[in-house]
Amino acid sequence: MSTVQPTRPWVASKQDRLRDALIFVGAIVFTYLLVEVTPLKGKLAYFIVFFFSLMIANGFTGGLRFGFPAAKDAIIKTLVAFGAVVTVIPIASILGTVISKGYKGIKLNLFTQDMSMATPTDPLNNGGILHAITGTLTLVALALIMSVPLGILTALYLTEIKGRFSKPIKFLVQAMSGVPSIVAGLFILSAVLYPITKSYSGFMGALALTILMIPTVARTSEEVLNLIPQDLREAGTALGGTQWRTVAMIVLPAARSGLITAMILGVARIAGETAPLLLLTGGGDKVNPNPFSGSMGSLPYYIWKSFNAGSEESITRAWAGLLVLVVLVLFLFTSARFLSTRKVSR
Amino acid sequence: MSTVPVPREITTQPRRSDRIFRKIVTTGGLSSLAILSLITIFLGYRGFEVLREEGIGFITSSDWSITTDDAGNVVESHFGLAAMLVGTILCAFIAVAIALPISIASALFLNFYAPGWMKKFLVAVVDMMAAFPSILFGIWGFLVLMPSAEYWAKLLHHYFGFIPLFKLQPYVVTRSPFIAGVVLAIMIIPIITSVSREVFSQAPLDRIQAAYALGATRWGMIKAVVLPYGRSGVIGGAMLGLGRAMGETVAVFTVLNIVFQVNWHMLLGVGGNVASLIILKFGDASPYEIKALMAAGLVLFLLTLAVNAIADVIVKKTGKSGR
Repeated sequence: MSTVQPTRPWVASKQDRLRDALIFVGAIVFTYLLVEVTPLKGKLAYFIVFFFSLMIANGFTGGLRFGFPAAKDAIIKTLVAFGAVVTVIPIASILGTVISKGYKGIKLNLFTQDMSMATPTDPLNNGGILHAITGTLTLVALALIMSVPLGILTALYLTEIKGRFSKPIKFLVQAMSGVPSIVAGLFILSAVLYPITKSYSGFMGALALTILMIPTVARTSEEVLNLIPQDLREAGTALGGTQWRTVAMIVLPAARSGLITAMILGVARIAGETAPLLLLTGGGDKVNPNPFSGSMGSLPYYIWKSFNAGSEESITRAWAGLLVLVVLVLFLFTSARFLSTRKVSR
Repeated sequence: MSTVPVPREITTQPRRSDRIFRKIVTTGGLSSLAILSLITIFLGYRGFEVLREEGIGFITSSDWSITTDDAGNVVESHFGLAAMLVGTILCAFIAVAIALPISIASALFLNFYAPGWMKKFLVAVVDMMAAFPSILFGIWGFLVLMPSAEYWAKLLHHYFGFIPLFKLQPYVVTRSPFIAGVVLAIMIIPIITSVSREVFSQAPLDRIQAAYALGATRWGMIKAVVLPYGRSGVIGGAMLGLGRAMGETVAVFTVLNIVFQVNWHMLLGVGGNVASLIILKFGDASPYEIKALMAAGLVLFLLTLAVNAIADVIVKKTGKSGR
């Protein structure tokens, strides 16, 4: 008596893996030889020759074993994988550049001084980004205070009330997420700054950031609230709760960590926003604790100013600023992801 | 004798607390409507004078000049957006043309080819890239990408120079719409990829399994099931990317050489972009010119709004196409 052994024909066998590896190595060797022998040169040549040789080799072996459809399948597989590689290359390049160029500008005085006694072209041990960090934090905090209630109310309207405006509002939120940041800046300029305050301040910048942040918060919150089981709402109503009590005491607490994710994603969206700040905040060089009067610095503005100053020191300053900004955004983003892995808490 | 309490009136009317709650939520929900209409109203109101003065010339001529006398009064002014609009559209289309195939490929890879751990990692990386600030793309594009992109532009001109679009007269490749388009493409790849990935992952499992059961290869399955199903979603994602690319300010301003001259030759270092124009001219603009910039902002706003509206309609059609 022999039992039937289960087979798993879809799993790549040892032979398959060996063949794939051989093709891969072979393509690398072939590329190297071809680029060395022929007048082709440069990274682009390596990349393209490698791509085509890998594609042809894969297609050929696939075709030999299983015929024409398999050859096509293998070629497409290579093509698609290269698409993913092309997507990742710029990310790697950007991160690599920011880190390798930015770390030179990271000095202790960067975090303890502001630029009121220094110009961007000064040596790096003079002046810092304290004003920019405090400014960005102030702007983000103000934008958070204004946009989170509106964003969550919009999401609640879409998930709890589902009134007759649901469809148009969904569409408008979508449209709002496409508003160019410069237009948000111009709007605040025309609607608030010129007629009412007539001077640059951090608050103006925060207003523009609010417009950009609302759609992100609203859409993420809507997704999260939709994940809350309908049973919870029904249970709340069945126990005699009004809709207000059900939402406030059951739905929102249940969605708490998801809503925090929404806020963090919103903050990540606006933390690096530059264009409206150039129009509205005035970009001061001094730590300014009052967002309602006086120009206020921010990280993007500082980067912009240093980059446009054009000397070697100032560009290093810009990279250092970018590094701080990227670390901030990545930190926010990672924490949002960490939280969103458990969207629904008790 | 005990008094029987009056029975509570049973009604389907919501209580007062609920009525207030619903009113507050509805008001908050309508904030997006309020903000969008306020943007239109205020930009239109500020830009009205210039729009009336210039008429249709505001979008058909490409002359941007203002002359003031010593007292700061406007003597003569011409505001035309044509060069900037052409530049905006050119850069955005280059960006989508580059980004769309790459995004579709990587979305397919993520959904159907990548092993689980790689998929998780790549999705996180791509989403993270979508959160990168635009000024980062601008400075990186200017300092790191530009030398390579110039080389690509020269290659394109060398091999495809006979096509009018790739003509290069005079031979200036620095800061061209092509390079701006490449930077924009890198910015919108994450957007199009994540929309496409979402759409592809909704492709009905029964049809996928049916295709495999009929002996289809992976590509055969994708061609027969996934692509027809996701077509409109992908197009919608591309439109979203287009809208984003049109409204991008800082990245384009850093890379592009802004000249008031209508230029369709994408490799030539002469370009324009409405959003960058606003940043360029804002610093030393007179009050009258600011009004012109507001009008330009209105044009840009309506343009992106239209693109986004079309994108929204197309994305909603997902799944209605295909077999």
